Amino acid sequence: MKTRALPPVLVVFYVLFVLSPPTPAAAQAARVDELRYPPLHDFQIPQPERVVLDNGLVVMLLEDHELPLVEATALVRIGSRLDPPGKTGLAELGADVLRAGGTERMPSDQLDLWLESRAASLEAIAERDQGRVTLSALAQDFPEVLRVFADVLRRPAFDPSRLEVMRNQAVADVARQNDQPDEILFREFAKLVYGPDSPYASQQTLASLRAIRREDLVQWHRQLFHPDGIVLGLVGDFRKEDALRLVRELFGDWPRGPQAAHPDFPYRTQSTPGVFWVEKNDVAQSNLLLGHLGIRKDDPDFYAVEVLNYVLSGSFAARLINEVRSRKGLAYSVEGGVDSAWDHPGFAYFYATTKTATTGAAIQALLDEARGLATRPPTEKEVETARQGLLARFVFNVDSKRKVLARQLALESFGYPLDWLSRYRAGLEAVTVEQVRAAALRHLRPEEFSILVVGPAEGRDRPLTDFGKVTPVDVTIK
Amino acid sequence: MSRHRLVRLFLITLLLALPAAAQDLASFEARTTVHKLANGWTFLIVERPVAPVFSFATVADVGPAQEVPGITGLAHMFEHMAFKGGPTVGTRDWEGEKKALDALEAAYQAWQAERLSTRPDPKKLETLQAAFRSRQEEAARFVVRNELDDILFREGGIDVNASTGADATRYYCSLPSNKVELFAFLESERFAHPVLREFYEERDVVQEERRQRREGSGFSRLVEQLLITAFQAHSYKQPGIGYMSDLQSITITDAEKFFQTYYAPSNLITAIVGDVQARTLIPILEKYFGRIPARPAPPPLRTVEPPQIAEKIVILEDPAQPLYLEAYHKPSATHPDAPVWDAIDDILANGRTARLYRSLVRDQKLAVDVQSYSSLPGKKYPNLWTVLATPAVGVPTEQVQATLRAELDRLRREDVTPEELARFKARARASLLRGLRSNLGLAVQLADTQRLYGDWRELFRSLDRVEKVTPADLRRVAGEAFRGTNRTVGMIVTSVADKKENGR
Repeated sequence: MKTRALPPVLVVFYVLFVLSPPTPAAAQAARVDELRYPPLHDFQIPQPERVVLDNGLVVMLLEDHELPLVEATALVRIGSRLDPPGKTGLAELGADVLRAGGTERMPSDQLDLWLESRAASLEAIAERDQGRVTLSALAQDFPEVLRVFADVLRRPAFDPSRLEVMRNQAVADVARQNDQPDEILFREFAKLVYGPDSPYASQQTLASLRAIRREDLVQWHRQLFHPDGIVLGLVGDFRKEDALRLVRELFGDWPRGPQAAHPDFPYRTQSTPGVFWVEKNDVAQSNLLLGHLGIRKDDPDFYAVEVLNYVLSGSFAARLINEVRSRKGLAYSVEGGVDSAWDHPGFAYFYATTKTATTGAAIQALLDEARGLATRPPTEKEVETARQGLLARFVFNVDSKRKVLARQLALESFGYPLDWLSRYRAGLEAVTVEQVRAAALRHLRPEEFSILVVGPAEGRDRPLTDFGKVTPVDVTIK
Repeated sequence: MSRHRLVRLFLITLLLALPAAAQDLASFEARTTVHKLANGWTFLIVERPVAPVFSFATVADVGPAQEVPGITGLAHMFEHMAFKGGPTVGTRDWEGEKKALDALEAAYQAWQAERLSTRPDPKKLETLQAAFRSRQEEAARFVVRNELDDILFREGGIDVNASTGADATRYYCSLPSNKVELFAFLESERFAHPVLREFYEERDVVQEERRQRREGSGFSRLVEQLLITAFQAHSYKQPGIGYMSDLQSITITDAEKFFQTYYAPSNLITAIVGDVQARTLIPILEKYFGRIPARPAPPPLRTVEPPQIAEKIVILEDPAQPLYLEAYHKPSATHPDAPVWDAIDDILANGRTARLYRSLVRDQKLAVDVQSYSSLPGKKYPNLWTVLATPAVGVPTEQVQATLRAELDRLRREDVTPEELARFKARARASLLRGLRSNLGLAVQLADTQRLYGDWRELFRSLDRVEKVTPADLRRVAGEAFRGTNRTVGMIVTSVADKKENGR
């Protein structure tokens, strides 16, 4: 193990301090605008090294010797949008059991003990568009722990008893899916926006979970886990050459997968205007979500939308929070904007929670803000403030090596250019007021909004019919 | 004028069990400077020049624990008000606004006196309320809304937020490292002379926060009832967000008094971590924060929670699915047994090898999740170790209870294994190490440790105490704690009638 002496900079600093006592600083500023800031000193953005193995596995490595820790992340194309009909929940359950079910060499109990006695954590998770297997460990355990990580990815045992444990959990989640109002809100909104049959809105059911057998998980792993579909990142206290040698040893002999057809994930492009209401009587608020489809990150309007989102709710001084929360006191949580995902559109939305007696007032306030984008378009000053803020905080995109690596992995995984971050800065700098105004009108269309309300039946200030035809939504658990 | 104390710390040998980590922790220590101003405000500076950014956290040693009925929710309300600016931030005309705010408060007090009187006169109430509303509109005309946030956003600030724990209030932000003076200006202004503008509008927001976060789910309703029941005397029983009637009655005058009492500089600690240099930072801190006059230290809390003498049970009939909680009284974070409790918590409820996970979830499949709250609702004063089990579908809570009790009982009767204890110690070391990765996380931890123990180094020394924990310690502490008369049970029993009405 290497040991490190005190960083030399400290010694220099100490000497300086002894020799020259602090000079009295300039007078105290009386107002913020009297403050003058020195330029931010130059900073080299850390760049991971990218290597592609013969079998197509993309590896990104970044040394970070500040602390004796290592982390690994494998991004895998196992998003739950791939779940076959009738077996919704396969990807999430598969990821759960990939980790919980042990490996061929290490049965589940032994794997748990082995990792936890080393204070290491290894987790697998499937989201809508991709999956992730992550590792965090002490540097002293690095070679062994990466070996176990590789085994989990390549040779999971899918212990049937652990499948039952994880299935129990998923079944309980379904049984509890109406306990939290926001969970209902976002789940039902996805159905309105993407369409009830879209893989972006599909939901696990008791039946779909019970239909999943161990054989399905084995098959799922065989079909979807291949080196040419995985991006592997390592960051931490190791030497790049050592880490790469280890990666080649552990993953180099993993054969490529079959050339899979690019699957299609349909969603509806037509919006569903109107009011939709889920009755929930054990809460004191209405939870509100208004909107329609948003954009992808490669949309030509992406940078204008970034600025627009900050004009709307990027800080407390932004339109929505200033108006709906601070001035009108209607909500604790309020936000809105046009969300983007890497390879499919996110939501364009306005969200708030408000007491039942101000449900109508809050819907009205959100609609006013949406319509206000046409009548009171973003001003020169709003756009300039948003852009200045976004550029000033840019450094926080790259202030840790873990953050840098995580972003580069996502870019690689979704086929985006790896210099995306510098394009992002340039993109923001080039945005004009006209572009932001046009983007606002193009991507937030209040006349097309689905208005979803989750809340009590009694006690509203205005009938929901004031805002359109009302369709009750049945959320009975089947 | 400034009589400052400068402490410089070099290598302190720690963590013998982990030589490589010891080097790194020692280097963190060597880069830490403590600076206490004449007015009593303590600053901790950690030089961590990884990237041109820094984070700061100001921790005030005050929280809802300092409240009494009538003003519950005030500590948290003040936290919200600390974002409203001051005489130079957030106003169009401070002289005019000051007059308008005085008139507003007088109008509010008059209205409230009538409203809370034994027999309020409806006519009078209407007139007084109308007068208050018109004063409110007048005062609002002076406000540059959320200017503090606007400035921080424009200059690249992120993590602009604050939080109120049961006995501490924390304010934080991260900025590019060339904005150190902006931090000093805004943070000193915040606590030199906060202006409580838009107080009554913000009170409405906090009421919404209560509805959303405390009343919006069966779980939060249950936890509120559990605390109210488990404590008989200590203020930890009161909901930190406040009772709704208090939230409808606290005033600007209350908040100003609260600020004067508890926001004395000697009750504040600020940690600054990142690309900063103590040498250049200290004169700036002296200049901006040193101008705040010293005030007397706030009075200590008097009430001590007496020993529990009867088991307590809260049964909440609720439309939500069943949940099962047990809470046991335990000592504060500064008690010598604190690391033993950390071990109990880890061995029972941390990860997949934890005893409760193995028995309840993995083997008997009675629950789908077990988690613990090691110090509910706070840790400065004696508090509760709490365990939450989420029963599997169709499993009655009695079965969950029996298995849970059997595990707690085993801890009283048998020694834990050497492997279990070793796992706990390894994880304690690693978790300290992981906590050093982010400027903000480190700033909050250091300031908090300084607040609780009077010395930030306790963050590292805690590992020495962890190393000394023995199986006998666990048996002794578990034996004292896991008794019926030290227990409060909380459970949700799903109400069937509501279930149908709700169309679930």
